[in-house]
Amino acid sequence: MIKITLNKKPIELDVDPQMPLLYVLRDELKLTGTKFGCGAGQCGACTVHVNGKAIRSCVTPVSAIAEQEITTIEGLADKNGNLGESAVQVAWREFKVPQCGYCQSGQMMSAAALLQDIPQPTDEQIIAHMQGNICRCGTYKRIKAAIKSAATHSSARQFANKKQGA
Amino acid sequence: MNSIKNVSRRGFLKVAGISTGAFVLGINLPLASAQTKSSSSTLSHELNFFVSIASDSMVTLVCHRSEMGQGIRTSVPQIIAEELEADWQKVIVVQAKADAKYGSQGTAGSASIRNHFTSIRQIGAVAREMLEQAAANIWQVQRSAVKAQQHFVVHNATGEKISFGELASHAAKLTPPDSKTIKLKANRDFSLIGKDVKLTDLDDIVAGKAQYAQDMQLPNMLIATIVRPPVVGGKVISFDASEALKVTGVVDVIALKPRSIPVAINPLGGVAVLANNTWAALEGRKKLKIKWQHGDKQSHNSSEFSKQLVKQVHQQGETVASKGNVYSHKYNDKNTLEATYTVPYIHHAPMETPAATAIVNGNKCTIWAGTQNPQWAKSTVARELGLSEDEHDNIELNVTLMGGAFGRKSKADFIVEAVELAKASKRPVKVIWSREDDIQHGYYHSISANYCKAELTTNGSADHWISRNAYPPIGWLWNAEAKVPSDSQLALGFGDIPFALNNLSIEKHAVDSFVRPGWVRSVACINNGFALGSFVDELAVKAKLSTRQMWLNLLGIDRHVDPNKNGFNYANYDLDLTAHPIDTKRMKDLINLVSDKANIEQALPENQGWGISFLRSFGSFVAAATKVSVVNNKVTVLEMHTAVDCGIVITPDRVKAQMEGAMVFGLSIALMNEISIKDGRVEQSNFHDYPVARIGQVPEMHVHIVESDAPPGGIGEPGVPPIAPSITNAIYHASKVRIRDLPVNKVFSV
Repeated sequence: MIKITLNKKPIELDVDPQMPLLYVLRDELKLTGTKFGCGAGQCGACTVHVNGKAIRSCVTPVSAIAEQEITTIEGLADKNGNLGESAVQVAWREFKVPQCGYCQSGQMMSAAALLQDIPQPTDEQIIAHMQGNICRCGTYKRIKAAIKSAATHSSARQFANKKQGA
Repeated sequence: MNSIKNVSRRGFLKVAGISTGAFVLGINLPLASAQTKSSSSTLSHELNFFVSIASDSMVTLVCHRSEMGQGIRTSVPQIIAEELEADWQKVIVVQAKADAKYGSQGTAGSASIRNHFTSIRQIGAVAREMLEQAAANIWQVQRSAVKAQQHFVVHNATGEKISFGELASHAAKLTPPDSKTIKLKANRDFSLIGKDVKLTDLDDIVAGKAQYAQDMQLPNMLIATIVRPPVVGGKVISFDASEALKVTGVVDVIALKPRSIPVAINPLGGVAVLANNTWAALEGRKKLKIKWQHGDKQSHNSSEFSKQLVKQVHQQGETVASKGNVYSHKYNDKNTLEATYTVPYIHHAPMETPAATAIVNGNKCTIWAGTQNPQWAKSTVARELGLSEDEHDNIELNVTLMGGAFGRKSKADFIVEAVELAKASKRPVKVIWSREDDIQHGYYHSISANYCKAELTTNGSADHWISRNAYPPIGWLWNAEAKVPSDSQLALGFGDIPFALNNLSIEKHAVDSFVRPGWVRSVACINNGFALGSFVDELAVKAKLSTRQMWLNLLGIDRHVDPNKNGFNYANYDLDLTAHPIDTKRMKDLINLVSDKANIEQALPENQGWGISFLRSFGSFVAAATKVSVVNNKVTVLEMHTAVDCGIVITPDRVKAQMEGAMVFGLSIALMNEISIKDGRVEQSNFHDYPVARIGQVPEMHVHIVESDAPPGGIGEPGVPPIAPSITNAIYHASKVRIRDLPVNKVFSV
């Protein structure tokens, strides 16, 4: 049995410990928001968070993330826990980023991890961080714009929260 | 001819989950593309629904075209809602299953809007007139005394209103008006067409809830992965599954039916590992031992083959179109330019690899698949299962969202695989393709050579023009003897040359095929557009003119070009040539627009350059301008502009999105995309050796959409063809290095 916390809920998994997290999520847990794109950590479609950091679930054996906190697109939320309302998701809707949408779970998970690390990333930091996420429809321009917007809005909100707290 | 009927009381409504009391219209849409005609044997005269209105006023609209990211699940319902006068907030979109009653569902050739705009409008307009008639009956006035407006019918004189929901049950009792007599809205009255509405699938995608073919889950379902013959036409001699079957979770190993050339859209054969989960299937697959008979296509080596194609186009070919006489002309070497351009095999590589799920139960079959051509898939499966004509509806084919397609998912091979394995295993089976499967067993854009020759004229233009191409034709899929492209393929930026030439020869060559050819986004416009756009730039350089000026001079006076006059059998993408003319004025306007918007005549630092190109394709006009720098042998794309004239725009933001995406797709083609074949096998396997554009390669991008009342053209593909030549032309102007052989990364780092 491998214990993980998935989208804030503790769960136990009775699976081959070598099975990559991607297939645990999709086949065993039926959480299909995380996508298969390459199976080799090259495209980022399978990106999820382990303790808030973006990882490629297609090349991460589930044994490697035992006892860790996993967040998938289904668990992405704003600071108050409102699912689907994270700053990147709000910005993704505002900029109508997706075309086919298939890579976008991975794009948003990567972007959300970036903004947790670097709340106000420069263009270079955005590119460096997002370089591992392929979008074959070519939505990159909007991804950049949405990340910048999410950065502005989330830091504005944080600022407002701090002021309220003070 | 369309026939629209009121089908509100038909039994299938219950099956479709439409509440009773709903008002439902059925329609037979005319079939459009030749490709669909091939499957028209499934056409029946029963009707199905497009529009239903529930008593609570919620309107359900059926989208019969397949979504692959182009936004069709927004644009088709948007057109129906426009004519219906529906409130977009109260529209629910449902996806049509494969059914000939919908007319063409083949979502390819950028055809959904350009070929079906009027018939889609009629669906909404008929429903609107029936609702108006129902209200007129209630008020006991003529229909002309009432008007549908924003989900209500309004009494013109009193201003009284009745909601669509209240009218639904009354309208359901009426006979629909003849679609020929109904009046469509005037363009100036559009309130939804041309406006950005809420995108149908946006919220689901952003929440991670959108369902693609890969996401299908069924109780008791097996997941199958298949090792296919490495060489097209190859067969399994023998295999050893013993080790594979020892892997925990592997349930079965099944040899697929051997298949022969012509391969059509059938599977390739091979050996499948079926397991309880994807990981077990993939692990089991690694342990399979298979002996192959490769067949005669193993002689194919693409680098040698490219040289052979170049040799071919240096010879006179078979005439496609001609005017005057280029061969009796004595060319003045000083003013004559010859150039040969090559493009390698190119693969779609959609982010979602092919996937399909099937259940086969006796002579019944249920399928879930992301397919661009549901009816073609259905008829292919019917043949596979040996069903007779009247048993085709034993197959229920559910169309999922596609995680990209770009032409790949027009083919039903992966769907037939799922059916074959579901039948053999007697369990639901989901076939999933790995990325390696996808890259190594695709339907590739054909490797090609294009040759151009022309002589500059004293007035800054050119004449005595020769264009030749040579590439394996798509027709080989169905006919192993096919060696030359069809006229419809030759129409793609080749036989439809729009220049004012007195002497012209367009020629094709016979070429053998070795891998499965396919339609990749913009098809032969990729290589023909690259050759045309490059050659115009080269002519401009030779004439010491700007490339913009050379385009304007070659296009000549404002006129409508008819390629049929050059002896070419030109079908204009199945569009009426009067309504959708090859209009040189629109071309010149667009070239000027993109040049001005991009400010291509600005002074640039050394090592930077602008390149432009243009192509009309799929009924739309697109010009592109790209700025690059070439420093230390590295090409950096700095800025890209696309100007598009696609006639009436339905959903402006999605047109913009398609143009943005086409710039990135074209950038990948120009800079990196190459499938090479050695001993009949694809050498690439994943994104490390088949690179596609990443975020760091994508520059500042601008889209300029021309306002127009012209009938709509296509939008999914036309953005692609001018991109690659705009990039390579820019590279020339930045570095004086002319790229005639794609991709650019053979010469420069990118």
